[in-house]
Amino acid sequence: MQIELTVNDKLVTWDVENDEFLADTLRAHGFLSVKKACDTSCCGLCTVWMDGKPILSCSILAMRAHGKKITTIEGVSQAAEEFARILTAEGAEQCGFCSPGFIMNVLAMKNELDNPTEDEIIHYLTGNLCRCTGYMGQLRAVKTYLGVA
Amino acid sequence: MFTVLDMAQPDKLEEAFEILTKRKNNTILGGCAFLKMSKKRIGTGIDLSRLNLDYIREDNGFIVIGAMAALRDLETNALLRDAFGGILSQSVRNIIGVQFRNGVTVGASVYSRYGFSDLLTALLVLDTEVELYNGGKMPLRDFLQKPYEKDILVQLRIEKNQRLAAFSSFRKSASDFAVLNIAVSNLDKQWTIAVGARPGRAVIAETASRALSQGHLSAEEIEAAAKIAADELSFGTNTRGTAGYRKALCQVLVKREIMEVLQCKSN
Ligand SMILES: Cc1cc2nc3c(=O)[nH]c(=O)nc-3n(C[C@H](O)[C@H](O)[C@H](O)COP(=O)(O)OP(=O)(O)OC[C@H]3O[C@@H](n4cnc5c(N)ncnc54)[C@H](O)[C@@H]3O)c2cc1C
Ligand code: FES
Ligand code: FES
Repeated sequence: MQIELTVNDKLVTWDVENDEFLADTLRAHGFLSVKKACDTSCCGLCTVWMDGKPILSCSILAMRAHGKKITTIEGVSQAAEEFARILTAEGAEQCGFCSPGFIMNVLAMKNELDNPTEDEIIHYLTGNLCRCTGYMGQLRAVKTYLGVA
Repeated sequence: MFTVLDMAQPDKLEEAFEILTKRKNNTILGGCAFLKMSKKRIGTGIDLSRLNLDYIREDNGFIVIGAMAALRDLETNALLRDAFGGILSQSVRNIIGVQFRNGVTVGASVYSRYGFSDLLTALLVLDTEVELYNGGKMPLRDFLQKPYEKDILVQLRIEKNQRLAAFSSFRKSASDFAVLNIAVSNLDKQWTIAVGARPGRAVIAETASRALSQGHLSAEEIEAAAKIAADELSFGTNTRGTAGYRKALCQVLVKREIMEVLQCKSN
């Protein structure tokens, strides 16, 4: 079927299969920042925004994006870079494979929560797995970025 | 991976039901996270997005939750955070992550009657009614005992009363399935205790609930009710815990949640 949506502020019309998931559609159209690392909706690497809310693009049908606004990290490059600099300064990025999804969820959290506590930060980021870092460096970076350190 | 041959986006429930019952493999699509893990070959996938069923609102003494409301909506909705000690919001907060909960739906979670369901355990101790398109309205506890029939879950209706409630889920790690779920509620003299992830489907501990409702809530009676609950329910073994472990946990957690409700009462 045909869907019309906005990706990073650009209106696009795409043909998608009925059973195609959004992550695959985005990657097929060159949004290679969108990663997939599990089959069970549990790693968070495929996180993008739909109408500003973070979602798992691996688990949402592409056709559900019809009429919606999708944002990938390519669409928020300035904020992403600002946070990424803090993340690397904390030594919290190793292979980097989890970063696009993680950063999209951190930025979503910044938009949704005011001055979150450590518990609230951890709760918001629970769905983002990272196999390299052990999370402590990430947590430091997030707190610095949000100004709640 | 599941496959969907055709896609229907009906504007009316009537039409959705007609398509659903036309062929055996025609299927309602919720958020699709669970369907995605299956190998189901769907004939016509029925997308309910055009029916505007994603509401949570108050209506004539009921809290009404549409089938397409996301679990994250339950978690953040102000009405639900306030009502019944916020147990509905609390019950979903450990399911995978925020992004996941933004995508999965209340209707699918209830209709599917998963044994591990956190939400069902919490809903069971409230005055919850399930509204099906074809089957009509019925108490959740009756719905849970019905055999699977093709139908569309349209909305949940929860009587908005002064019921106090507490919920806890015991997990080995955040975002894993629960080892055991407990919910307890009280309205006037009536107490209700529900246990889920036994790992079987959530049920009400009827004898324990009755015993607690008839007593004076002394420490001994609370202890006794918790033991009755653990004795009257059946538990099973899976990778997350043995039947014996769950039974032991049940007694401790039921007692704790009764105390929690009493604490709310005294505040
Ligand atoms: C990896 C994973 C981990 C999970 N962990 C937990 C957990 O720890 N605790 C917990 O409580 N839950 C858990 N869940 C379940 C989750 O919360 C949802 O209940 C589940 O994903 C179904 O929601 P969905 O919107 O994805 O449904 P879908 O996958 O779209 O649908 C599931 C079924 O419901 C049917 N259906 C959907 N909507 C309706 C409707 N309105 N009327 C009738 N039938 C309908 C579909 O036809 C399908 O058969 C988990 C799910 C996954 C995939
Ligand atoms: S790829 Fe793992 S959650 Fe989407
Ligand atoms: S840095 Fe390698 S998975 Fe996170």
